[in-house]
This record gives sequence, C-alpha cells and structure tokens, in this order.
Amino acid sequence: MTTNTMDTTNTPTSLAPERRRVGETVMATVSHVVLGFWSLLVLVPLLWTLMSSFKTSKEIFASPFQLPAHWNFDNYVSAWTTQGIGRYFLNTVIVVGSALVLVMILGAMCSYVLACFSFPGRRFIYYMMLGGLTFPIFMAIVPLFFVLKNIGLLNTLPGLIITYVAFALPFTVFFLYPFFRALPTEISEAAEVDGAGEWRKFFQVMLPMAKPGMASVAIFNFLGLWNQFLLPVALNTKRDNYVLSQGMASFASQAGYNVDYGRLFAAVVITVVPVLVVYAIFQRQLQGSVTQGTSK
Amino acid sequence: MIDSALVPTTDQIAPPRKNSRRPLTFDRVSFMLVFLGLPLAIFLVFVVWPFVQALWYSMTDWTGFTPEMNFVGLDNYQKLLHDDIFITALWNNVLLAVVVPSVTVVLSFALATMVTVGGASHGTVRGLRYSSFYRVISFFPYTVPAIIIGLIWAQMYDPSSGLLNGLLTGIGLDRFESFPWLGDTRTAMPASMFVIVWGFVGFYMVLFVAAIKGIPSEYYDAARMDGAGRIRIAWSITIPLIRDTVQTAYIYLGILALDAFVYMAALNPGGGPDNSTLVMPQRLFTTAFTKGQFGLASAMGVVMAIATLAFAAIVFTVNRLLGGRDSLARR
Repeated sequence: MTTNTMDTTNTPTSLAPERRRVGETVMATVSHVVLGFWSLLVLVPLLWTLMSSFKTSKEIFASPFQLPAHWNFDNYVSAWTTQGIGRYFLNTVIVVGSALVLVMILGAMCSYVLACFSFPGRRFIYYMMLGGLTFPIFMAIVPLFFVLKNIGLLNTLPGLIITYVAFALPFTVFFLYPFFRALPTEISEAAEVDGAGEWRKFFQVMLPMAKPGMASVAIFNFLGLWNQFLLPVALNTKRDNYVLSQGMASFASQAGYNVDYGRLFAAVVITVVPVLVVYAIFQRQLQGSVTQGTSK
Repeated sequence: MIDSALVPTTDQIAPPRKNSRRPLTFDRVSFMLVFLGLPLAIFLVFVVWPFVQALWYSMTDWTGFTPEMNFVGLDNYQKLLHDDIFITALWNNVLLAVVVPSVTVVLSFALATMVTVGGASHGTVRGLRYSSFYRVISFFPYTVPAIIIGLIWAQMYDPSSGLLNGLLTGIGLDRFESFPWLGDTRTAMPASMFVIVWGFVGFYMVLFVAAIKGIPSEYYDAARMDGAGRIRIAWSITIPLIRDTVQTAYIYLGILALDAFVYMAALNPGGGPDNSTLVMPQRLFTTAFTKGQFGLASAMGVVMAIATLAFAAIVFTVNRLLGGRDSLARR
C-alpha cells in the first residue's frame, strides 16, 4: 500500500495506465483484507456467543471451539423461566414501549412549538435542553433517586418510564427540531385558513409531514432505551421489576463462579434478538439518519 | 444516556419562522400549555431539578436517610482530593478519554477511507465493491446493548474457556494457556479499552463515510491531477474537510470514555486488579448506594461533570489552534 502511494506521489502525470491499474488492484485487495479482518473481529464473538448458547456448562469449560453435542433450546427455556429472563423481558417491553410512545409524542409537541412559534424564553428552553444532553446523568443520579422516592415512584415501572422519558426528551427534541423547521409554512397557513385549530393542525397536518424524522428518532430512542443501564440499576432495585440489561448484569455477577454459562449465553442472545430484528428491518434507515446528521 | 452523535452540537437556535402574535383563544392557550408545559414540566422535575440539587447536596454531609443536612462548604471536594481510590478512578477515566477517542477515530477513519476510496483512483470517487456488506456488519455492535457487549467480551477473555486464549494457544502461543486478560494489571485496562473501541468503530465509520461522500468530487479530481497519492489526499483533502465531524466524534467518544460505567461494570465489576479499571461512576455508585454518603457522591458527580465540560473545551480549543474554524462562531 505504502509503496504504491509513494509511486503515485512521485510520478505525477506520467504514470502508465497499467501501473495505475495494478496500484488500484493492490489498494482494493488491501482494503478488502483489512475490512474483512475487521468484519471477522465483529462477527466471531457474536457467532461464538450464539454457538455457546447451545452448549452445556461442561462443554463450555471443555473447549471454546467444540460444537455443542445436542442442538436444543434447553438453555433458552431455563434462562427464560428459572432465571427470570422472561419476566425481565416483559418488564423491558412494558417500560421501553411506554417510554418510547410517550417521549415521541411529548418530544414532537415540544420541538414543534420550539420550531414554529415565537414566545419569550424560547431560546432559554432550547439551551436548557442542550445542557440536559451534555451533562453526565451520574451527576443527577443521587437527587433523582430522592425525587422518585419522595413521589413514591422509586422501584416502580411507572417511575422508570417517566425517568426514561425525561432523559430521552432532549435528544428527541433536538433531532425533531430541524424536521419541523423544514416544513413549509404555506401548508400550515392553508390549514388555518381552512379553520383548523392549533390542535387539529398539529395532529392532522404537521405531525404526518414529519413522519420520516419521527421514524429515525424512534429507532434511535428504541435502541437507547433498550440498552439503558444506569437508570434502572440505580432507581429500580426490586428484582421483580428488573429490566433485561440489569437482569443480565446481576445474572452474570451472581454467585461468582457458579453461573450456568450456557444459560448466560442464551440470555445474551435473547437480549440481543430484538435489537437485531430492529436493525435488520431499519438498517438502511439507521445508516441514512447518520448521513443526514453530518450533512446538516 | 442515548448516544447522541447525530445531534449537531452547536446548532444554534434560529429565529422563528413566523411571528405569531395572535389573540389568546382557548384553543391556543390549552395548546401551548399542553404542548410546551407538559414536556417541560417533566424535563424540569426529572432532569434539571436533580442537576441543581446535586450542586447543593455536594456541599452537605447528607447521608440521605436522616433529615439532618449540614452545610459543609467544599469539604467533600477536599475529601475527594485525598481519596486515593477516587483519584485512581479519575486518572483511569482521563486515560480512557485520551486513548479511546483517538484510537476509535483513527481506526474508523482508516476503515471509512478504505470503503470510500479503496476503489478506482481515477474518474469520480468510487467506493469499494461490496462496501455496504462491511458497513452493515461493522455497524452492528453499535446496536447491541453495552452491558451485553461487556458480558460477551468478559467471556471471550475468560482465562480457561474463552475464545481468545483458545485461539492464541491454537496458533502455538502456549503462554496464553490461561492468561487472565482482565485479571492482570498490565492487560486489564487495554483489554477493556479494546471492548469500547470494538463497540463504536462501526458507528463512526458510517459517520465518516457519510461525511466523506459529502465532499464534492472536484476536490479529489483536482488533487489527483496534481499527482497526489491516496495517503496525501486523505491527509490534505479529506481530514480538513471533515474536521467538524471528527470534532463531534471526539467529543461524544470523550463523554462516553469519561463515563464507561457499563463496560467496566460488566468486565470487572470490582474495579479490576489493583483498581486498574475502576472508573469514577463505579466509585460514585458504591459511595451513594452502598455506603449512603450522598453528599460525597454528589461531589463526585459534580467532578465528573466538570471533567466532561473540560474535555469538550479542550477539544474545541485544540481544533481551533490547529486551524479549524470555530464551529460555534461559524454557525
């Protein structure tokens, strides 16, 4: 790679076409080797986890390479039932589902008002949200614990939901803000002329037009909330209310070396499957949003 | 909480599109109350108020479960200065903030360059063939929960049954027979750093690919006409033109590295050998929820916030000194 580049640098325009083509082939090959190596580095741990999830603990300790003797879902069943992963899964679906719906509605309303209306304090609210995005949650975690305790929502799912909503709100508002700003004013005016009030205008005219933005933000919020770890660990310490991420952490650390590793791997796979599905369906959209993020 | 690399860091609020000074009807008043009031109330109660309270708590000796709370000024901060374990954790975070963003940015930029300009070097910039395959694969870890990434790698690094030592002994390196990657002071930190890098390279690669594709191809054509090679083009054309993206990446990775709680909690819950992977959040967590020293823990939180802001300030300053336009002033 280096020699090829040196060649090109030193011989500006007189480079023979065939030499240039050879250089391209070398460069492409090197790129494929490096990128292929990285892809392997990403895939191998994931596939190894998948394979190990079918092995018994004994097989796991015997050899990291050996294929499982029996391909069955025993580990999955026992992880789901005896280990409580099923319960955590249900809790996670409830918490993430509710928080996602709420934060999308509230976030859309807030960013719509910030983007399309003028009122005193608008700029201040915007910067306050920016602050909420930048400061580490750790700074707020102790007071937050007592805020929830005082209103009786500590260790409850509703308490967790509302905290998720509050901390996902700045991100949602920021990302939706440009979408609402980009909506044409004429349509909003036309709706007013037709006699639509503010409420109807938002739900029937403006919100449907911001759909592409809503979709991308919803995906990122889903991933962020599904993966959330600190908030549940600090604010939701009752085992029955555990969500998956904290359930997994306690599963892995409990009883030191007596963990049933086959089950642990199965639980890992169960946790990853929903995000894998979301990723597979929205892969294009996810990477597309990253593109939009930079071209702004 | 949510990795927010997509949010433009310095997107200043623009003036509203229309000046709506219209009569206050019930429709309008109820609309504003619900649309702005409700989200704002939640945000104030659960985000802003705790942050403000943290500042106050950090100057008290509060233990949380008694109502007494004495103002002690900066005593907690002084205590932290003499708390060797906290200082160790602070330095570990600083080390993470120095190493993780640099390695991730360099690696993902290199991969992004290969994806975009690995193809033909004449005509318009063409991507490498099958590049979308690489992008889809390497982006995937970004979607996997951080705690799961930590748990998977904790198993990979397992001295006896882990895949890493299996592979290393498989190619004849017998000294890795049961080498404790996460249990040795020399390797625990680098191994943990690698896990974080592993999780984020794909995301930033996609981000850089998008930024590189946004560069007009005329720049590349002109550079090639002048006989610039690939490395020269990457250094003199690509990097200066995607400077702002690199800065954003750096800041978000730095914020992440100054936290790193999830990864460390999964890889080495106890802080690692000789506390070599202990980070501030872990210390804060124990101080608050195990020892009940809420005042002291809040002071740690404030220190974390200061460290985060200082890091962002350093990145902005360095970028400016290196000739970048200050994006705050520009927009």
